Amino acid sequence: MFDLDKWQEIFYTITNNKLRTGLTAMGVFWGIFMLTLLLGSGKGMENGVMAMFGDSAKNALYIWPQRSTMPYKGFKAGRRVQYTMDDVHAIIDNVPQVEVVAPRFGMGSLTFVRNEKSEAYEVRGETQDFIKIEPTNIILGRYINALDVEKSRKIIVIGKQIRDIFFEEDEDVVGQYIQVGGIDYLISGVFTSKRQGEDAAEDERTAYVPITTVQRIRNLGNKIGWFVCTINGNVSAFETKIIDVIKQRHNIHPDDDQAIGHFNLEEEFNQFQGLFIAINLFVWFVGIGTLIAGIVSVGNVMLIVVKERTREIGIRKSLGATPGSIISMILMESVFITAISGYIGLLVGAGLLWLIATLMDQFGVESMFFANPEVNMTTGLISLLILVCAGTFAGLIPAIQASKVNPVDALKDE
Amino acid sequence: MISISNLYKSYKTDYNTLEVLKGLDVEIEEGEFVSIMGSSGSGKSTLLNIVGILDEYDSGEYRLSGRLIKDLSQKDAAIYRNELLGFVFQSFNLLNFKSAVENVALPLYYKKISRKERLKLAEEYLDRVGLKEWAHHLPNQMSGGQQQRVAIARALISDPKVILADEPTGALDSVTSQEIIDIFKEVNNDGKTVLIVTHEKEIADDTDRIILLRDGVII
Repeated sequence: MFDLDKWQEIFYTITNNKLRTGLTAMGVFWGIFMLTLLLGSGKGMENGVMAMFGDSAKNALYIWPQRSTMPYKGFKAGRRVQYTMDDVHAIIDNVPQVEVVAPRFGMGSLTFVRNEKSEAYEVRGETQDFIKIEPTNIILGRYINALDVEKSRKIIVIGKQIRDIFFEEDEDVVGQYIQVGGIDYLISGVFTSKRQGEDAAEDERTAYVPITTVQRIRNLGNKIGWFVCTINGNVSAFETKIIDVIKQRHNIHPDDDQAIGHFNLEEEFNQFQGLFIAINLFVWFVGIGTLIAGIVSVGNVMLIVVKERTREIGIRKSLGATPGSIISMILMESVFITAISGYIGLLVGAGLLWLIATLMDQFGVESMFFANPEVNMTTGLISLLILVCAGTFAGLIPAIQASKVNPVDALKDE
Repeated sequence: MISISNLYKSYKTDYNTLEVLKGLDVEIEEGEFVSIMGSSGSGKSTLLNIVGILDEYDSGEYRLSGRLIKDLSQKDAAIYRNELLGFVFQSFNLLNFKSAVENVALPLYYKKISRKERLKLAEEYLDRVGLKEWAHHLPNQMSGGQQQRVAIARALISDPKVILADEPTGALDSVTSQEIIDIFKEVNNDGKTVLIVTHEKEIADDTDRIILLRDGVII
């Protein structure tokens, strides 16, 4: 129930001691402000680093050929192994936990020519599955499909920046032809990147063609460059199994760990996540420490307040105030000061984070290690809960002190 | 109304014990107008504090309106004070940040009466002490006599059986003092028991009975 008299008293003490209240509130304000800022910055770092992963499948394992370092079964060391589509099928057959295996063949930089314009871009041969692992936004047309791969169609999916160079704003793109490396390709789609900043620009300056088309043009048979697979389950657990399949197929010594290059994205991702959990814990530790300092100062000042108001408390007691009503009066004041100053700290902290994010956005600041600093709803609510508890704690000792005031002594207190 | 027998009270310090009340017997009937006189150190304030349940006693017996007042919890003491007693102090003891009418209404706040109702009642009581126009002034905007009249209205508002006044005229000039005493007389005529501690003979003479204290006993 709203109790005007109680609030009147709280406002009286607060407005009558502006400096003191301000200094008290400062401690809590600063505590929450720092906590918000630190948490937001931590989140910003997390967002920045996690953006590098884009929308990529986090359970991905990348495998590429390197040179063998051990002789085995009559093969000398220093041999380079060539992967083929047969390896892809062998993995699918032998490791049932594998969801998708997507091979790629990098054609390198090729010259694109259309209507007098010419420019060189990276071209990659892929199957219809690659987009499932490293997604892009298809904004026009479609990506490579199974039939394209089967029939080695000369179709191409181009990045948005390539489109912008060769086509007018309102020009049809899909269904048009473009010459790439001396061969005409039908444009089947246009994509944009899901990553941010420079990474995105780089993505959008590449083009994809069916891997079988590459194999036919370059006369490669069914050779592939490297492949990536996603695994249903713990990637690290199946990593060796997949590598063993490749080793066996290519007569690589079982102990030769150099022959096959591999990169476990899940492990990397987990490491980053672990790092950010640690950073978060540290931030909470520091933030709560600062907050405790603030709470102690509130408690301290409330003790002084109780001392100063001894006489008033005595009067109230002589008029019939119970110890409980005195305790609740002091507690409410303490909770009020903490909650208000903490709330302002939260607002200012969140406001500052918003300002930083807006300014970064406006001036196009792109940082690999910082993006979209933010505090979420849960954090805000937890902070609020901490504040109310903190206010209660801070006021508890002073309130009990106040309830013990002896009216006789209090009324003598001139 | 107030029945005290063989009351002892002493204050202990680290080194010695100061006996203040030494076997006091006092009987005050309902509707009496009594003053307690005595030099400083005679124990009159201590007696008033015990009667007001602001202080405890060592031995003996104190009954207020038939109830034994001994070893009460703080909460029970607060409830008895609120229901049975009204206090008037030498230094008025009004809350400076509350207007006259809010000061008067304060005891009703602890009786959990709604704000609207208690402010209405408080204005009535202020009217009775002739301060209706001053209801919304703060204590420091009023004269000493006016402040004491606000304090009396505050003591009366919870309709207590006993009004206890500790040197109510101690801070006032003689004309104002007389006005205050006249109000106490009116209050007494309404049937309330009034107990005044004073060291002024003229004030005491206006009451029905004088209890004279010296060195902790009645003479």
